[in-house]
Amino acid sequence: MSEKITFEIISPDRTILKIETNEVIIPAFEGEIGILKDHVSLITFLRPGLIKIKDESEKIFFVEEGTVEFSNNNLLILTSTAKELSELDKNFKEKMIKEAESKVENKDYSDKDRYLLSHKISTLKSIN
Amino acid sequence: MPSLDDLKKRIKSVKSTQKITKAMKMVAAAKLRKAQENAEKGRPYSQRMQNIILNLTKSINDPENAPKLLVGTGSDKTCLCVLLTADRGLCGGFNSNISKLAKISFKNILNEGKNLKIITVGSKGLDQIRRDYGKYVIKKFSFKDKKQILFSEAELISNEIIKLFKKGEFDKCILFYNNFKNVITQIPRAQQIIPVENKFTGTKEQISSPYEYEPDEDEILEDLLPKNISTQIFKAFLENAASEQGSRMTAMDNATRNAGDLVDKLTINYNRSRQASITKELIEIISGAESL
Repeated sequence: MSEKITFEIISPDRTILKIETNEVIIPAFEGEIGILKDHVSLITFLRPGLIKIKDESEKIFFVEEGTVEFSNNNLLILTSTAKELSELDKNFKEKMIKEAESKVENKDYSDKDRYLLSHKISTLKSIN
Repeated sequence: MPSLDDLKKRIKSVKSTQKITKAMKMVAAAKLRKAQENAEKGRPYSQRMQNIILNLTKSINDPENAPKLLVGTGSDKTCLCVLLTADRGLCGGFNSNISKLAKISFKNILNEGKNLKIITVGSKGLDQIRRDYGKYVIKKFSFKDKKQILFSEAELISNEIIKLFKKGEFDKCILFYNNFKNVITQIPRAQQIIPVENKFTGTKEQISSPYEYEPDEDEILEDLLPKNISTQIFKAFLENAASEQGSRMTAMDNATRNAGDLVDKLTINYNRSRQASITKELIEIISGAESL
C-alpha cells in the first residue's frame, strides 16, 4: 500500500507544485506540523517559514503566508508567496529582511503582525 | 455614379482599415493565448478557496456570531455593485454585455427601493453607465497604464471594499464581469461576494469531513474571508482579460472579413465603370471616324 499523499501548492496565478510525497512539514501559525498519510482533516494558516517536502529528493519552499487544507490524503496549500529556496536570490532576501526589521521596530503594528514579522526575519536569516 | 478616382480612393481606404483590423486581430490572438492560460491556471486557486470557505461555513455552530463578511449584516438595504470592464474599446460586445447585465440589476435594485452604490473598474464601463447611473458611482479605478493586472491590484480593490463594509456603507456586494467560456463565447456574470454565496463552484463533489482547526474557526475565517474577496476579484480580472481578448479577436476577425467583402464589391464597381468609360471612348472614336 502506498504511503504517499498528494501535495499541491497553488498560487493565484498558477499551480506551483503537484506531486506525490511521503511527508510534508509546514510552518503552521502555531508551530510546525508534519503531515503524513492519514493525518486528521485539518484547516489552518501559515506563518512565514519553510515548507519542507520529504521524499527521495528534498524540496524546500519559503512562504510568507497561506492557507492549508488537508483532507482525504490531499494536502493543499493556497499561497501567493511560495518560492523555491533555490530561486530565492540573495539581494531579494536581504531587502526583505531589512524591510521586515524596520517594520518590527514600528509600534503601529499589532503584536500579531510583529510575531509574524519576527518569524519572517529568523527564517530568512537561517537560509544560506 | 462615383468617378473612377473616387472609387480608387475608397478601395484604398478600406484596404488600409483592413490592414489595421487584421493587425489588431493578430495581436489579440497572441494576447488571448496568454490571457486564457492565466485564466485557466488561476481557476483552481479561487475554486479551492471557495470550497474551503464553504466547508468552514458548514461547521459554524453559532451563526449569530459568525463574521459579518460571511453571513451578511442581516439586512439588504444597500447594494454595492462592482463593475469590471476593459479600458480599451474595439472589442465587440464585451463592454456593453457587462454593462447591459449590470444596468438590469441596477434597475431592479432601485425598483425595490434599495440604495445603490457603484464602483467601476476600467473606464469603458464607467462611460456606458455614466449617463443613467453616474450619480451612484462612489469610486472608480482604472489600470490603463498597467500592462498586466496582478494580484496586488485585486487586493487594492478588495481592501477598499472591505473598508467600506466595515464602515457599514453597504450590506451586499455583487461583482459584474465576463466569464470566459471559449474564444467566441463569453458570458456576462453577476457574482455575489458579500455575503458568501452558498453553493459549490467546484466541479468535484467534496465530502464534508469534520476538520480540525488551528487556531479556531473564527480566527481562520477572519483571515480567510478578506483573502477570498481578493481572490474572487482577481479571478474576475483574469476571466475578464481573457474574454476581452477573445471578444476583440472575434470582432476584428469579422471586421477584416467585412472589409474584404467591401473591397471586392468596390473593385467590381471600379472595373465596371472603367470598362464603361473605355467602351464610351471607343464608341466616340468610331463614330467620329465614321462621320469623316
